[in-house]
Amino acid sequence: MTSTHGTPLLEARNIVKTFGSLRANDDVTLTIMPGEIHAFLGENGAGKSTLVKMIYGALQPTSGQFFWKGRQVTPASPSVARHLGIGMVFQHFSLFDSLTVAENIALAMPGPYDLPALSGRIAKVSASYGLPISPTALVGDLSVGERQRIEIIRCLLQEPQLLIMDEPTSVLTPQEADQLFVVLKRLASEGCSVLYISHRLEEVKALCDTATILRHGKVVAEVDPRRETAASLARLMVGGDIHAIKARASAVGLGKPRLELRHLSLPADGAFAVPLIDINLTVNAGEIVAIAGVAGNGQGEFFDAVSGERTVAPDMLCLDGVGLGGRSITFRRKSGAAFVPEERLGHGAVPSMTLSQNMYLSRHAVDPALVSSGVLNPEGARAAAERIIKGFDVRKGKPDPEARALSGGNLQKYVVGREMELQPKLLVINQPTWGVDAGAAASIRQALIDLAQGGSAVLVISQDLDEIFEIADRIAVISRGQLSEPRPASEMTREEIGLLMAGAHERAQGGSPGETSHAA
Amino acid sequence: MRLEKRAERSSTMALASPFIAIALTIVTAGLIFALRGNSPLQALYVYFIEPLTAIWSVEQLLVKASPLILIGAGLAVAYRANVWNIGAEGQLTAGAILAGAVPVFLPQWQSPLTLAAMMVLGIAGGMAWAAIPAFLRNRFSANEILTSLMLVYVSQLLLDYLVRGPWRDPQGFNFPKSVTFAEGQLLPYVTSGIHAGVLVTFVVALVLGYIVSRTVKGYEITVTGLSPRAARFSGFSQSRTILFCMMLSGGLAGLAGAFEISSVVGQLQPQVSPGYGFAAIIVAFLGRLNPVGAIIAGLLLALSYIGGEAVQTALQIPDKITRVIQGILLFYILACDTLINYRIVFSVPALARA
Repeated sequence: MTSTHGTPLLEARNIVKTFGSLRANDDVTLTIMPGEIHAFLGENGAGKSTLVKMIYGALQPTSGQFFWKGRQVTPASPSVARHLGIGMVFQHFSLFDSLTVAENIALAMPGPYDLPALSGRIAKVSASYGLPISPTALVGDLSVGERQRIEIIRCLLQEPQLLIMDEPTSVLTPQEADQLFVVLKRLASEGCSVLYISHRLEEVKALCDTATILRHGKVVAEVDPRRETAASLARLMVGGDIHAIKARASAVGLGKPRLELRHLSLPADGAFAVPLIDINLTVNAGEIVAIAGVAGNGQGEFFDAVSGERTVAPDMLCLDGVGLGGRSITFRRKSGAAFVPEERLGHGAVPSMTLSQNMYLSRHAVDPALVSSGVLNPEGARAAAERIIKGFDVRKGKPDPEARALSGGNLQKYVVGREMELQPKLLVINQPTWGVDAGAAASIRQALIDLAQGGSAVLVISQDLDEIFEIADRIAVISRGQLSEPRPASEMTREEIGLLMAGAHERAQGGSPGETSHAA
Repeated sequence: MRLEKRAERSSTMALASPFIAIALTIVTAGLIFALRGNSPLQALYVYFIEPLTAIWSVEQLLVKASPLILIGAGLAVAYRANVWNIGAEGQLTAGAILAGAVPVFLPQWQSPLTLAAMMVLGIAGGMAWAAIPAFLRNRFSANEILTSLMLVYVSQLLLDYLVRGPWRDPQGFNFPKSVTFAEGQLLPYVTSGIHAGVLVTFVVALVLGYIVSRTVKGYEITVTGLSPRAARFSGFSQSRTILFCMMLSGGLAGLAGAFEISSVVGQLQPQVSPGYGFAAIIVAFLGRLNPVGAIIAGLLLALSYIGGEAVQTALQIPDKITRVIQGILLFYILACDTLINYRIVFSVPALARA
């Protein structure tokens, strides 16, 4: 770390940003010194991304000023920000699957298109920062961790003085995250500042020099995270204590099998999709089984096969002993199953429909209060939506808003509530708390535990190991479409899961050696 | 001045947009009349107001509106599901051909069943013609906009061939026309100017309005259009919805064709519709993709046809002005609909100065 005195690299002074009546940023002041790793903490909807987008020039503040090395600047567009020396790695990558690494990077580079020269520079940066990547590799063949490296290299090639990272570890294995931290610390030691957005408190404590905490658009504290505990940081973020999840007796071995998957296989649906290969799994009544894994290893395909959005052979999937593999999602719902997909907007809910209209989406065939003989009952839907909004503390601006008007966390609470209210015998939920703030995540996890305690079988697909250890009775790991043998959570460590995520259990079939070697 | 995305779609603007579009169309039409040297106020009066001042012309308006509403209501349902049936004109023609086959082959058959058979065949013809793009879309992902549009010309040329060749009236002095339909092959009239098909049209539009807003089928169609992934999650099959929407809109277009030849036209001839199938696309959008809205929109579009004839007679303005005004109207509707999801911002934020 170079200096913590002198002129700040970037200063945001009294930034206000309003969207209609909402003050997304309310008098936010933030100071980043050269060479520091600065954490930017806050719940979902606290206004982190709003400020970051303004720094990066994608949004303009309503009032307030930015100073870059003491000089007032106005990042009017991302290209202005890049010109100043600001680089950003987004949470969702913008890469083309069918192009090579070098071609993808060339698209974002100013100046003439010279692939051989660029490949040389990529190789150099990649070697000097320990970010192994081949410039000629096809992006579609790469893991999510490798794709993130492309984004980082793309920024580094422009020699930024400030690198903004938006929740970078949410898609990485623990080992990959550790490697990322080494790179970030190295960058900081060379004088490049990092603005690190996260709500994973442990990694902020391990990595960052300073933390600015945002709540409801206002800065509530600036602290040294190394002197705080995870609990004290969480309190600052949420503004109160997060109620601890009630411990429960382990349910392993109790209950009869509810969901049985036998040799479940599903061919890939397109060039960059993942095939499912011979998956075997039993989920018993009263237990929570979690499937860990890095994003893009077949979780989406697995969810589609279990939910019935794609059908398989009848005996590959049994619910309460009845083969339902060939049946539709509607038939499976009628048999007592419920599903929560990963994507809330556009999959679990229709963005431009109101919450009450979204009630029919998963219940039109199973809830007589909503639909009778093919005719919708808007009063019934409104009452049901109202119950869920109350029961799951869904916060919203007006009585029956469109789904897209809700924040991610609140919409997730609504979708989860909609599926849970019918007390399904089997609940399959993909990434239950992805992008959801700590308070809402705790209440969703509690609801999952309560559901299992009531005798339901719960199958959770998650990338979040903290979450998995918090709620799961048994854990299996998915990697390139193959599932490891599920084992009791109490017998597993993070390191073992990390190795399984990188493919330790896969049956030999000539996978890319680079993938396993850096994880081992 | 720039566009800024709204947080939620504005329901006020969704209702106001057609009215803004109509107002802009009238202003533009006035401008066109003025440029031709006519008095714009007089021309606008003759075009838009005068047809509403006499009972016979109001009846004529309803008769002209009937096919527009019938087809427009069906298209509105299809467009809600993002099924872009552009070929209603062809399905109308196919329906007319099949319905017209009854009087052509059985000129003496005049029982109460005759009309029923003609209507059923009209629906079947429209459905069969619409089934082709539906199949191509579901089986080969072929774009239904292109396939349905191209099939328009196929059916029109088929009709042209039939009335010039095998189906020509032997006593027709070599005119390209079929036999004139007999009394029992024509729709009964409820008033001196309004035939029974007009009533059927209004009933169909109201029933479709109910289906769209209050039934699971209507929900399925709407969800499929708004979010195909969510529709699959909901258990709705996209290919089934595509087939349903094409059959519904095609069948109604075919029925409109059967109505036309068994009322206004009274026989088969090379052209059985002045472009109702295309004008109904405007009806569907102007009616907010709502079958009940299509009633109002259909009446307005019918006025554009009748007004075009009126200015031609009274002011010697070519009746091609009808197409011009319809085109301008569709253009303004689509432009104004942007304001449902976006707002216009006039000032640039004070801080954007570098």
